[in-house]
Amino acid sequence: MKIVVCIKEVPATTKVKINPETNTLMREGVESIINPYDVYALEEGVCVKERLGGGSVVALSMGPPQVERSLKEAISLGADEAILLSDRAFAGSDTLATSYTLAMALDKIGDVGLVICGKQAIDGDTAQVGPEMSEKLDIPFVACVRKILEITEEKAIVERMTDDGYDVIELPLPAVITVVKDINTPRIAGLKGKMRAKKARITVWTATDINADEERIGLTGSTTKVTKVFAPQPRGLGMMLEGSPEEIIDSLYDHLKSGHVI
Amino acid sequence: MDYFLTEEQQMIRDTAREIAEKKIVPARAEMDAKGIFPTEILKVCAESDLFGLYIPEEYGGFGGGIFENVIAIEELSKACIGVSVSFAGSGLGAYPILISGSEEQKKKFLPQIASGEQIAAFGLTEANAGSDAGGTQTTAKLDGNEYVLNGTKQWITNGGEAGIYTVIAMTNKARGSRGASAFIVEKGTPGFSFGKKEDKMGIRASATRELIFEDCRIPKENLIGKEGMGFLVAMKTLDKSRPGIAAQGVGLAQGALDESVKYARKRVQFGKPVIAFQAVQHMLADMAVQTEAARALTYAVSKFIDSAPKDISKASAFSKLYSSDVAMKVTVDAVQVFGGYGYMKEYPVEKMMRDAKILQIYEGTNQIQRNVIGQALIKEYAKRGK
Repeated sequence: MKIVVCIKEVPATTKVKINPETNTLMREGVESIINPYDVYALEEGVCVKERLGGGSVVALSMGPPQVERSLKEAISLGADEAILLSDRAFAGSDTLATSYTLAMALDKIGDVGLVICGKQAIDGDTAQVGPEMSEKLDIPFVACVRKILEITEEKAIVERMTDDGYDVIELPLPAVITVVKDINTPRIAGLKGKMRAKKARITVWTATDINADEERIGLTGSTTKVTKVFAPQPRGLGMMLEGSPEEIIDSLYDHLKSGHVI
Repeated sequence: MDYFLTEEQQMIRDTAREIAEKKIVPARAEMDAKGIFPTEILKVCAESDLFGLYIPEEYGGFGGGIFENVIAIEELSKACIGVSVSFAGSGLGAYPILISGSEEQKKKFLPQIASGEQIAAFGLTEANAGSDAGGTQTTAKLDGNEYVLNGTKQWITNGGEAGIYTVIAMTNKARGSRGASAFIVEKGTPGFSFGKKEDKMGIRASATRELIFEDCRIPKENLIGKEGMGFLVAMKTLDKSRPGIAAQGVGLAQGALDESVKYARKRVQFGKPVIAFQAVQHMLADMAVQTEAARALTYAVSKFIDSAPKDISKASAFSKLYSSDVAMKVTVDAVQVFGGYGYMKEYPVEKMMRDAKILQIYEGTNQIQRNVIGQALIKEYAKRGK
């Protein structure tokens, strides 16, 4: 089975600061990493391949040429090959344009049995690209998978995490799933993997290579318009009420009253 | 400092560092307290291709040398030398095969060791044969197509955990140290069992046990080299493995220094972080210089050995002697920088100080190292005829 894992390169968010004057991310000098959820997706892809005793894992990403570095890391972590969608025409894509572009690439790759994504990216946090891609490909989709119970060439049975438990879902393949971090413990890249990554050549596809409609890619194909980005004002200090439940209720009532909330 | 590692050497360092930080640091206190052998961590080392760094590619290894192995051992040692000795102990067990084994022995055993599928151990020490290996009492007698081993090896690192053991036994007691031979014994061989696990001051994650041979029959083909070469094989093995102990010392000292600086920046007394006090700064400065000097010496010695010179005993002893003394001193000072907290098990430096002591003792006490260096000097200067 051909398994495609979608990977996004994101800034290591713990180190990102927001410029208070322009309200934009200050990305300069901030290290880029593979979106952490996508590392779980990649590990799961490699595990599925190992479980099935064959097949291949393809890491797919869209981004500027430097994303090759993250794709090489994906190879060191077990991907057999990597494809980078890189074209100036892709710049400024929102989730709609991104999912269209990725879907076109998946079409070109062909014969894909399973597409795995992280449940969301830690920069945009939309969690939209996975489901939108499945719509464009017209194949089943399950979000927030925490375990693949069974998988064959034809179908998979998975556990989908919910707020208060989990659902067990059987889905025919091909399909798209997104995974949560409970699903596995990503491996540490070994020396053989790193050596393979060092020698690997990343395939680069442009808009023309994937026959993309130029009206549907990049900024032109994006329907989301960002009007304003801002850092929220820090909220005032909270207040902890103490005492018996009755005292707390009284105190809360007084506070709400004096604050003219009620 | 930058030692201009090649890209491959940096990969080794980064891989070992990731294992140390993600797998060893979170587990080391519990492994130390309960004496838990790091089976899972060694499995990760195996999956990360670290066990075969010094083994030629034709036998499934990475094709590096002592230096590549030293880089990995140093990184693992920053987190815990109980783990790193279990890792390095496999190399110690493999060297006799690598140095003097037949092509068949290399083809049979080295790939299993390189992949980490089996770990190895080296059995030399006995109750009455420590620094004086000539006192070895374990015997091996040829009987038809088999050698029959009898005797007990003591304090064997990876005892019980390893699958492949290289063992020194006397084939001809009358010839003294020239009557010793080296053998390969596989776990599970009838007549081969293990004593209890020793309860140690430090490196408590590592397994230290007796190897007990009671009419243990092994195939004749498991003799390494020729009869009578046992001590030569053992000495050549230790010459190659000592930089690994040195690397343990460097890593441990670095780990202790890192913890000390981190703590001194945070701990406030008299209104400022204690690192602002010159008394503390000077201690940290000495610790840093000693650690770096030990590293520089260990790297230089490892590269020297990898250049395949004729005599490596002196250089090898240099690295082990110096780095282990540094590790002891630096870890004692680390506890001092931490003050009362350093004495508590809540912080890692207490364990580091307990762990350090073994480095001055095993694989030849530091007194023996000085003997080796002294003997080498006598020979060297006698040759010059002055």
